[in-house]
Amino acid sequence: MTTVTSAPSAPVLCYPDPLPPELASAIDRAGYPWRAVDRPHAAATDEPEDGWAGAMVSAVDDAQQAFALCRALRARDVPLRPLLLVVRPDQLGDLALRDDLFDDFCIAPAHPDEVATRLAHLFVRTGRGLRPELIEHGPLLLNLETYQAAVAGRPLDLTFMEYELLRFLAARPGKVFTRETLLSRVWGYEYYGGARTVDVHVRRLRAKLGEEHAHLIETVRSVGYRFGSLG
Amino acid sequence: MHSQQEYVLRTVEERGIRFVQLWFTDVLGTPKTFSITPAELENALEEGMTFDGSAIDGFSRVQESDVLARPDPKTFQILPWHAAEVPVARVFCDLFNLDGTPFEGCPRHVLRRTLDRARERGFTFFVAPEIEYFYFADADPSKTPTGLDSGTYFELTTGDVADEIRRQSVLTLEEMGIPVEHAQHEDAPSQHEIDLRYTDALTMADTVMSVRLVVKEMARRHGVHASFMPKPLAGVQGSGMHTHMSLFEGDTNAFFDAGDPSQLSPVARQFVAGLLHHASEITAVTNQWVNSYKRLVAGYEAPVHVSWARNNRSALVRVPVVKRGKAESTRVELRSPDSACNPYLAFAVILAAGMAGIEHDYELPAETTTNLYQLTPEELAADGVRPLPSSLIDAVTEMERSELVADTLGEHVFEWFVRNKRAEWAAYKTHVSQFELDRYLPVL
Repeated sequence: MTTVTSAPSAPVLCYPDPLPPELASAIDRAGYPWRAVDRPHAAATDEPEDGWAGAMVSAVDDAQQAFALCRALRARDVPLRPLLLVVRPDQLGDLALRDDLFDDFCIAPAHPDEVATRLAHLFVRTGRGLRPELIEHGPLLLNLETYQAAVAGRPLDLTFMEYELLRFLAARPGKVFTRETLLSRVWGYEYYGGARTVDVHVRRLRAKLGEEHAHLIETVRSVGYRFGSLG
Repeated sequence: MHSQQEYVLRTVEERGIRFVQLWFTDVLGTPKTFSITPAELENALEEGMTFDGSAIDGFSRVQESDVLARPDPKTFQILPWHAAEVPVARVFCDLFNLDGTPFEGCPRHVLRRTLDRARERGFTFFVAPEIEYFYFADADPSKTPTGLDSGTYFELTTGDVADEIRRQSVLTLEEMGIPVEHAQHEDAPSQHEIDLRYTDALTMADTVMSVRLVVKEMARRHGVHASFMPKPLAGVQGSGMHTHMSLFEGDTNAFFDAGDPSQLSPVARQFVAGLLHHASEITAVTNQWVNSYKRLVAGYEAPVHVSWARNNRSALVRVPVVKRGKAESTRVELRSPDSACNPYLAFAVILAAGMAGIEHDYELPAETTTNLYQLTPEELAADGVRPLPSSLIDAVTEMERSELVADTLGEHVFEWFVRNKRAEWAAYKTHVSQFELDRYLPVL
């Protein structure tokens, strides 16, 4: 059984739809799942079963709709928090007397890193940290904040790509991945070794996990690899 | 890239690393390092560390002596043999000129450039070397080297200190993520072998450097000397680094062809033809010491002639018979390199020779089925079998004429290497050996 502590649960509501690319890339970078809505009404009709995790609303194109959406989200029985508002410099004046509608704001065009950092900070402050912090699977423990891995309490000295591969597999136990998928998802670029690189890294990971735990990464003949199917 | 650096910095912090060793290699394959503290690491990763390269073999240039060592964060690794209280990590470096261009004297760069050329043609180069070496009681060159055991090939010896050291070396390598295919006692007394699992050639060259260091370090801890000298003892086998290799096109082994009776693809045949065609030119790099040529003599399973065969251990290139259904392990084995070569430069010239065979569609000569050691020079000449260079000076002379080697190593390394090896030969020539005294003094 794999436990992912404080796993990304509900998506963050984003407005408008389509979301401007720099905001989409910012929220991706922050690591949150999200869903864009195109009008205030959709906040209710498109709401996922476990609710929204928070919201990022841009008033840049249609301030009236954006503020209406914020008001609707805040007027719920349990007001939606946190809410990040994106505005143009000339809209700063509109924020006066609307303090209750948002938790923090950014000026557009905002640097994606700033948006990501503000979002992350808001989630921590409102106690709704969304990023998975720990992955536990049997004897294996991965701390995603500190990049440290341990098996049966013994720290593993991994290279970066070994760590990334282990993290990718351990977060998706029981699923079979082809070498090509792993190469494109974990390495993400052309690499010296081509798809064989994956075999080489799996072998190195197994060597480091030690004989006793090497089976955590299972070879699926003529397909690829699977993590912890026995768990 | 950025997250790799963050990974390294965070790991250093979390694991309380006290020193980070920056590793690089000189032109002759000697490991070089300097240590930095964690405080300097971030800057080193961002900008590189400047150092004076003029003292390092093959790095000196006329105008500029400073070079920049830039850590390759992918190679960051905690060194398992250091005390847990003072953890130490290492990272391999690429060397750059101060203007940011790759430094011409950097062996890693030479190999990377050669791999890039192969990649442009759609190939990735995989290698798996078998590294032989000896354990000796001590390193004092004034004494005759004394082995630790009298074991022989595959011998199962008990309570043997050499086997214990080899076992610890293999375990340490595994901890560093270097999978060992197998380790065994070799033919000669006190000779051992570590066979590595294949990986891409750049990683493998780094790995060979790590293996030599780990083997020497583990031996030192037992008060023993490990040596990769090509032929330390007369009368027994020397230490080779037989290198298995294959080219992959994506996920497919480009050396395999199910339709061919010998299952060798045209690419494999051309590659082997390239190795044979350029064998004499690249020998100075794969066998770079005066002593290397004491190993390349008849009768000790080392190649002496330019030839290939499926199952003939006197051949320079051997094409091992692959088990049924193991198409992806189709490979060729070059048997000339020795364990004291510079692995970066050796893999680079080997690949360049093979690629030349593919590019120019060289014809593969007939397979050698006879034991070449038993043929007379006349018979060999009649069969068109050429000898490998039989001394360092012969090899350097062949290399000096080689466009292929000059192009692969680059002008800087090529020119320095030839000059350095001519100087080594000149120093050797003035030496009067025990052999000459024993043989001539009483009678002449």
